[in-house]
Amino acid sequence: MQAFITRETLPSLPPPNTIKGPMAWMRQNLFSSVGNTIVTVVIVLAILSALIPFINWAFIKADWIGTSREDCTSGGACWVFVYVHLKLFMVGLYPESEVWRTLLVGAILVVTLAGLMIKAVPFKKYIQIFAIIVFPVIAFILLSGDSFGLPHVETNFWGGLLLTLVIAIVGIVAAFPLGILLALGRRSSMPIVKAICVVFIEVWRGVPLITVLFMSSVMLPLFLPEGMEINKLLRALVGITLFQSAYLAEVVRSGLQAIPKGQYEAANALGLTYWQGMYKVILPQALKIVIPGIVNSFISLFKDTSLVLIIGLFDLLATIQGAFASPKWLGYAIEGYLFAALVYWIFCFSMSRYSQHVERSLKTTH
Amino acid sequence: MADPNLSATPPQTLSTVPSKPSFWNDPQKRALVFQILLVIGIGLLLWFIFSNTLHNLDKRGIKTGFDFLDRPAGFGITQTLIPYTEASTFGRTFLVGLLNTLLVAGLGIIFATMLGFSVGVARLSKNWLISRIALVFIETIRNIPPLLQILFWYRAILPLLPGPKDSISLAELFYLHKRGLTLPSPLFEPAFIWTFWAFIAALVLAFIIGRWAKARREKTGEQFPVLWTAVGVIIGVPLITFFLTGSPLNWDVPALSGFNFRGGLTVIPELTALLLALSIYTAAFIAEIVRSGIQSVSKGQSEAAASLGLRPNRTLQLVVIPQAMRVIIPQLTSQYLNLTKNTSLGVAIGYPDLVNVFAGTTLNQTGQAVEIIFMTMLVYLAISLTISMFMNWYNKRMALVER
Repeated sequence: MQAFITRETLPSLPPPNTIKGPMAWMRQNLFSSVGNTIVTVVIVLAILSALIPFINWAFIKADWIGTSREDCTSGGACWVFVYVHLKLFMVGLYPESEVWRTLLVGAILVVTLAGLMIKAVPFKKYIQIFAIIVFPVIAFILLSGDSFGLPHVETNFWGGLLLTLVIAIVGIVAAFPLGILLALGRRSSMPIVKAICVVFIEVWRGVPLITVLFMSSVMLPLFLPEGMEINKLLRALVGITLFQSAYLAEVVRSGLQAIPKGQYEAANALGLTYWQGMYKVILPQALKIVIPGIVNSFISLFKDTSLVLIIGLFDLLATIQGAFASPKWLGYAIEGYLFAALVYWIFCFSMSRYSQHVERSLKTTH
Repeated sequence: MADPNLSATPPQTLSTVPSKPSFWNDPQKRALVFQILLVIGIGLLLWFIFSNTLHNLDKRGIKTGFDFLDRPAGFGITQTLIPYTEASTFGRTFLVGLLNTLLVAGLGIIFATMLGFSVGVARLSKNWLISRIALVFIETIRNIPPLLQILFWYRAILPLLPGPKDSISLAELFYLHKRGLTLPSPLFEPAFIWTFWAFIAALVLAFIIGRWAKARREKTGEQFPVLWTAVGVIIGVPLITFFLTGSPLNWDVPALSGFNFRGGLTVIPELTALLLALSIYTAAFIAEIVRSGIQSVSKGQSEAAASLGLRPNRTLQLVVIPQAMRVIIPQLTSQYLNLTKNTSLGVAIGYPDLVNVFAGTTLNQTGQAVEIIFMTMLVYLAISLTISMFMNWYNKRMALVER
């Protein structure tokens, strides 16, 4: 007779099914009570009954590739409409032979942004300078042409997603310096400067963007001396920049307020002048804190650019509306709007994810 | 080293009064000069703009001034809350547009709040499926421009509805069709005014009961069912008055005649689309506010309430919601403000709001751009300032009293 004694510890048993694993998860989260179970079943049925016809319409029975509406035969969504007009939706009436220029600008933009956003890439400072100063110049030369042997492309021909992006990016970049000045002014100890900045900020924040666009398209020509004409796009950009600078000022101000008073005093104690102190001590810290806020206000600006269709510019939404209003493609409004929604959604959603990511990485407290 | 006197002259006795800084090194004087220069600069810019505008207007033969407000408008408006004809003045047009804007804003705020709170609570549901659906709703709607949503409802979804002849009817009273939603309209008889006064009186009464109950509770600790009493009074008193005065209210029920409805009240499709889009869009933001507000109340609070013996419902009602509201209300107000400003997007689908009938049609007909844009902006500014004044007042009232 020999007793059985283990020499090694036995592996621990898996936890019981009621505590861990998919079954337990479903029990806790979907079927925790009778009421919950009924709710879960009803919702699953409702989702299935709504989602199955939609998937059927949008993917399974849909037509994807073709040249005219006659290619839409299967009764589902007619994505041929988007396929045919893709160039129009992306760059508007930009000449076919020059489209490579828009693609090149897009590629440079993507590479620059990747360089700014990916932590491992070195030389951040130079990339920042490139993005803020060099890139706009390159982009303008490439898009507008008329130099370096590139044929001139009038802004009337810019359209679609290209125009949406141009308006959004110019809006935020041009509004940035003005926003910082306004934010500093609002926190200034000089009463008149402060009053002017408060009034400016509150007025622009108090009115809807559409009235600002109306103003810039109708009243701006009246404000300028006789014979000085500015084109439609520039007028819209002026309005959007002023509008956006007020919102940015409030974002920057929140960052300035978050900097402890000791930092301001330290800058003074070192004998730095106001501007030196701001430039070298305060702003680098304040702007870093408000990156998520800046991204968020860029998201709302990006959504707001769709308003320019009301003053007759052909941005993404306007080109899509124009396309399904033409007699050849009448009746494909749903496909058009869904495509527009998808494009806007991809941009806004990824930006909001990025801003949340930055927010988390900036959070150093527990 | 630059100053040769520095080493040559013997050190003088230090005076306790610091020497006067030179003009440019005195921060106060420098600030004064800077501000004067700024005011001059802005004044010059404004004068430049002003003189250019006068010159340009003069050249185009446009008379400045607000006389145009008394001239007849000569165009119709599809939805008017106050009597309006083509013979009415531009001033009247302004009022009609303003009321239409306020109508959408008011209704939109109600719907957005209801939907937003439901979605926000659903987002916190213990049922994984419900909270996921709420999340998908929020993330989808927030990231699509409101203008696109308005156009989507108006141009893509509403045209799918049947024409008036085959409209979807509910109990032969409500009809949903392409041209809008037709519903019975109330016809008030003169005696109905008594019901209205009874309603006002009931509101006052409910308020007094509330004050009394609160005073008694703080004195004796006894609870009084304020909510149910108030609801009973507010509904009961007008109802009794209504029947005592002989039911002075009739309904004008719509009936189909030919291709359209006769009688009743038709909600124009522009209003429906604008309301749907703006309520849903704003609701997504409100839902996030409600969620973060409820989550901001620390768990210790509900645990403390439970250990005091409060039931879950009372915990929510007496402990969690009052504290969450402190976080929710300021953000909610700014969403209401956004919704009000977004009603101006109605111009894209032809909803006759202020921007459409005044800054659009009236401007085109009179050419008085400066006055009209100025008035329109002033209206929105006034609404914004009123709401933010209310918000500041509320914040001060609700601010945490800390010891």
